[in-house]
This record gives sequence, structure tokens and C-alpha cells, in this order.
Amino acid sequence: MLDEALTPAMQELGAYLEAKRSDCVVDWNVTLGELTVDVTLANLVGFADFLKTDETCRFSTLVDITAVDYPGRAKRFDVVYHFLSMYRNHRIRLKTAVREEDMVPSLTGVYPAADWFEREVFDMYGLLFSGHPDLRRILTDYGFRGHPLRKDFPTTGYTEVRYDEEAKRVVYEPVKLVQEYRQFDFMSPWEGADYVLPGDEKEGESQ
Amino acid sequence: MMDGTPTKGFDDVETSEQKIRNFNINFGPQHPAAHGVLRLVLELDGEIVERVDPHIGLLHRGTEKLMESRTYLQNLPYFDRLDYVGTMNQEHAWVLAIEKLTKVEVPRRAQLIRVLYCEIGRILNHLLNVTTQAMDVGALTPPLWGFEEREKLMIFYERACGARLHAAYFRPGGVHQDLPSKLIDDIAAWATTDFPKFLEDMNELVTENRIFKQRNVDIGIVTEQDCLDHGYSGVMVRGSGLAWDLRRAQPYECYDEFEFQIPVGKNGDCYDRYLVRMAEMEQSRRIILQACEKLKDPANMGDVLARGKLTPPPRAEMKTSMEALIHHFKLYTEGFHVPEGEVYACVEAPKGEFGVYLVADGTNRPYRAKIRAPGYLHLQSMDYLCKGHQLADVSAILGSIDIVFGEVDR
Repeated sequence: MLDEALTPAMQELGAYLEAKRSDCVVDWNVTLGELTVDVTLANLVGFADFLKTDETCRFSTLVDITAVDYPGRAKRFDVVYHFLSMYRNHRIRLKTAVREEDMVPSLTGVYPAADWFEREVFDMYGLLFSGHPDLRRILTDYGFRGHPLRKDFPTTGYTEVRYDEEAKRVVYEPVKLVQEYRQFDFMSPWEGADYVLPGDEKEGESQ
Repeated sequence: MMDGTPTKGFDDVETSEQKIRNFNINFGPQHPAAHGVLRLVLELDGEIVERVDPHIGLLHRGTEKLMESRTYLQNLPYFDRLDYVGTMNQEHAWVLAIEKLTKVEVPRRAQLIRVLYCEIGRILNHLLNVTTQAMDVGALTPPLWGFEEREKLMIFYERACGARLHAAYFRPGGVHQDLPSKLIDDIAAWATTDFPKFLEDMNELVTENRIFKQRNVDIGIVTEQDCLDHGYSGVMVRGSGLAWDLRRAQPYECYDEFEFQIPVGKNGDCYDRYLVRMAEMEQSRRIILQACEKLKDPANMGDVLARGKLTPPPRAEMKTSMEALIHHFKLYTEGFHVPEGEVYACVEAPKGEFGVYLVADGTNRPYRAKIRAPGYLHLQSMDYLCKGHQLADVSAILGSIDIVFGEVDR
């Protein structure tokens, strides 16, 4: 397959980046033909600027910015950047781990396309971007509260809307579920799933 | 004065008409040229647009959140509901991401069918866009003609998978079912006789139309640097002269076997983007013909699903084999597990680079799936593109950047 064919070139690029900008690159690896570089938060903008201007890299296009939530970690979020070079025909992924209260430096100065992506990450994860010109919510409702893509945000949300015939307008109400939200557990009971059967909770206490 | 210079107390001399201030208007959310549910807050100085603030999210359905609580297979139909104009192209990105992580090799016949239907999707999309762009600038006939042609294509969709729009036809590891040979013949016949005739008619009707040209030529010019700054892809880039097409630059599936050209524009205006789309339909037609030819080749007969953990066993086997029955049951309840890892898979969707960033944690559900829609970036630059244009040009520019809200809002 094609992915493996790309690996040597990506490895070369990864080594080049590490040699050139050892202050920024924490770690890098190539999996499935994709180069992933872990960078430090403080050097993010400088490194992105390097990627854009350096002749070997020429990552001219910002493809995507997103975040991933790992509630168990101290640095809870990963902010993930994807870049593409239309001139060198290669891609790169940057990752940086941030705490919930950290300010992420905005890339809008280097890549104007970062604007809405950063607004989306702010909207969905509540991460703040320093230096962003207009950090408003983008996809959620006017006056929405919370950050939906965080793992601790329920899929059903907290409010629901309906048109109220008496008030002649749309009203917001807390979500009322007529049945519990169905989240099936597919773990096989033979493969180490730890179930506590009803009535068995007290077993441990008595001992 | 308007520019802020002191007026030395002559304010009273100005009549009310001279006291001009910028005018704010709402464009949409219910405007026929808003292509769905776009709300643009326009700041106008007379007829000239000073600032555009697109308010999106009116069609936000939380697709990415929903996907985190569903299995990989259950997530597939969500992709039809993103860009609901060329639906299979989106599914393609999703199945490619899964196949890349699970390292599944897709059977050749399935690859050919995918290419065939992705190109049908491209034509579906361009037909809608080209004709509604004509409608946005005042012509009513083109959409009527275009929709008639789209109808035929949607019947091809229906005959393959049973659905006209939301196909859910691609599967991780192949496609759901093989095509009947009569269908392949019909598609080939359509591409040989019907469609060239239609393209010719369309060309005659729109391409040299005086009003269409007056509204589109030199409007919304995009330079090479703009393409890079604003992260454009697809027709937005090719309209400005960059021959960038993922089907050629980073070939996926079996696109490298097909012969087609990449049309590029010269001026990067709305009119060039229209011309590129027209030319791309012709190229897609060529790919469709080649795919039909290959599909009829006896060497390319065979299974359309990579048999294994990702796909269901054949129906006949389930009647006799207990293991096959269990496999089928487990596949459609629990779903398959995808090994831990992260991957970015993208396709050249009709609107540009459509990508999926998938983070898998080894379970049957994606840990995080980010959908990268080309329209999101294109719409973002509305402010940049419209600044200094007339109010009437807003709808022409909006039409030419090809926005569908399903994918922008997700």
C-alpha cells in the first residue's frame, strides 16, 4: 500500500525538523506513513512559521486544527494541527498537550485560515487562544453554555428547545429524557469486564 | 465628517441625507441564495460591502459528538448527511480512515465501484452548484435542466444501494453489494450519449450568456497566495491556476490507473470556477466510462467486500455455519474493533479536500473523529472575498465557493 511507501521520506523530514529546531520538537514518529511531531506549547507559533517558510518544508496550507480530550491526564487536552504542502506534496501533524487553563498561542498571524478552527476549538473544548482577533463561539447556539466535545459533557446536552404556543416563541428547558440514554456496554463478560450485579455492591463492605 | 476630521461646528448645515452611516443588513438565514441556513451580517456603505460576518451553526447537529458513542459502522451514514449533495465521497473518507488503521486491503472490484460512484457524486455536486449559481445571478432555466440530469444520477444511486441521497453504500473493506450488470451498461450508456449532449446544451445556455458573464467575470478574484493563506482546496485552488488535485497528487483507491486531466482556471474569478466545474464534469464522465469498462472486464469480477472481521460473512454461509452466524451477530451489535492509533484520511471531494482525523482507542467506537470540511474554510474567507464588492456580488461569490451547510455546520 501507499502508506508504507511514504515512510522513508517522512522519516527524513522528521529527522530534518529535529536537527533544525531541536528547541521545539519534543518527539516525533512516523506511523502509517504520517509524520507526527510533538511540539512545546511556547514554541508553537515559531515552529509553524518555520514550517511555512523553510524551503524543505513549505507547509503552505493549514488543513485543520482540532483538539482531543483525555480527562485522565494532567495536561488534559491535545491540540492537533494538520498542515499540507502543495509544493512539496507532503503532510505533517503537530501535537501539543495543554492544561485546561493554559492559553494556546493563536496561529492566525501565520495562517489566516486558523481563525475559525480556533473558534471551533474554543467553542467545543473551552480552550482559550491568546492573540486571536475574535474568539467567539461559532457552531453552538447563541447563549450556549458548556463545551460539548469535552468527554464530561453529556451527549444529550443540558437544555432542549421547543416552540411554546402560549408564549409564542421558542423556549429553553432542561432536558427531560423519557427513557435513559442508551449506552450499550459491549465488553464481553468473558474478557474481564468488571460488573457489579445489583445487590452485590455491599459484598465488599461486609468483609 | 465620516473620516473623523473635525467639522468645525458645521454639522447643522448637513442635511439628513448627508449624515451617512454604514448600514447593517441580515442576509439569511432564510434567503434563497444563502444555500441553506447561512446568516450573513453585512455592513454596507451604500451598495459596497464593507464587512461580512457569517454566522454559522444553524444546522449544527453535533455529528462529532454523536460519533463518539456509536460504532464505526453506525457512524457511516452520518457522512451522507454532511455534504448531502455528493454523499458517497464523504463516506469514502471515513472508510479510508478505518481501512488505513486496520490495514485492510480492498478488493479490486470494490475499488472500481467506489471510483465510479465517487465520480457520479462529483457530477451530482457540480450539476447542482453550476446551475444554482446561475440561479443566484438570475437564471431560472439551468437548475430545471440540471435537476433533471441529477434525477437520472440519483436513480443510479438508488439502483446500487436503494437510496437516492443518503446512500450508506460504502463499507469498511469494500462496498455493500455488487452492481447488476444492467446498471453498469446503463451508466455507460448515459455517459456516452445523454451526458455529452446535456453538457453541450448547458454550455450553450450559460457559458456565453451575457448576463451570466457580467455577474461573474472578475468577481471574487482569488490569487495563489490567497489560496494558501485561507487554506482553500478543490475548485477554489484550481480556478486560480494551481493544478492541485488529491486524486493526482496523493492518489488513493485506484485513481492512478485512470486517465483524466485536471482543468485549471486562469483568473481565479467566479467565472473561472464555473468553467473549471464544467470541465471537471467532462473529466468525471471520462473516468466513469473507464470505470464501467474495467467493471465489465472478466478479470475484475469477484468479491466486493474484503472478507474478514470487518465485514459480514456471505448470506449462504450463514445458513450453514454457526461461526458465520455468530460473526454476523457480533458485527452488527458490538461492531468491529479498530486498533489504537490516529490517522488522517482525505479524499478529493467535489468541494475540495474532505478529511477525517480519526483517533481510535482500540474499542468499537472512535475516541475522536474530526471532520475536516472544505466548505468551512471557504466560507470563512467570505469577509475577505466580498470586501469592496457590490451587495449583489455576495450571492455570486457565495454561489461560486460552493457551500453546503451540512458539512460546514456538521
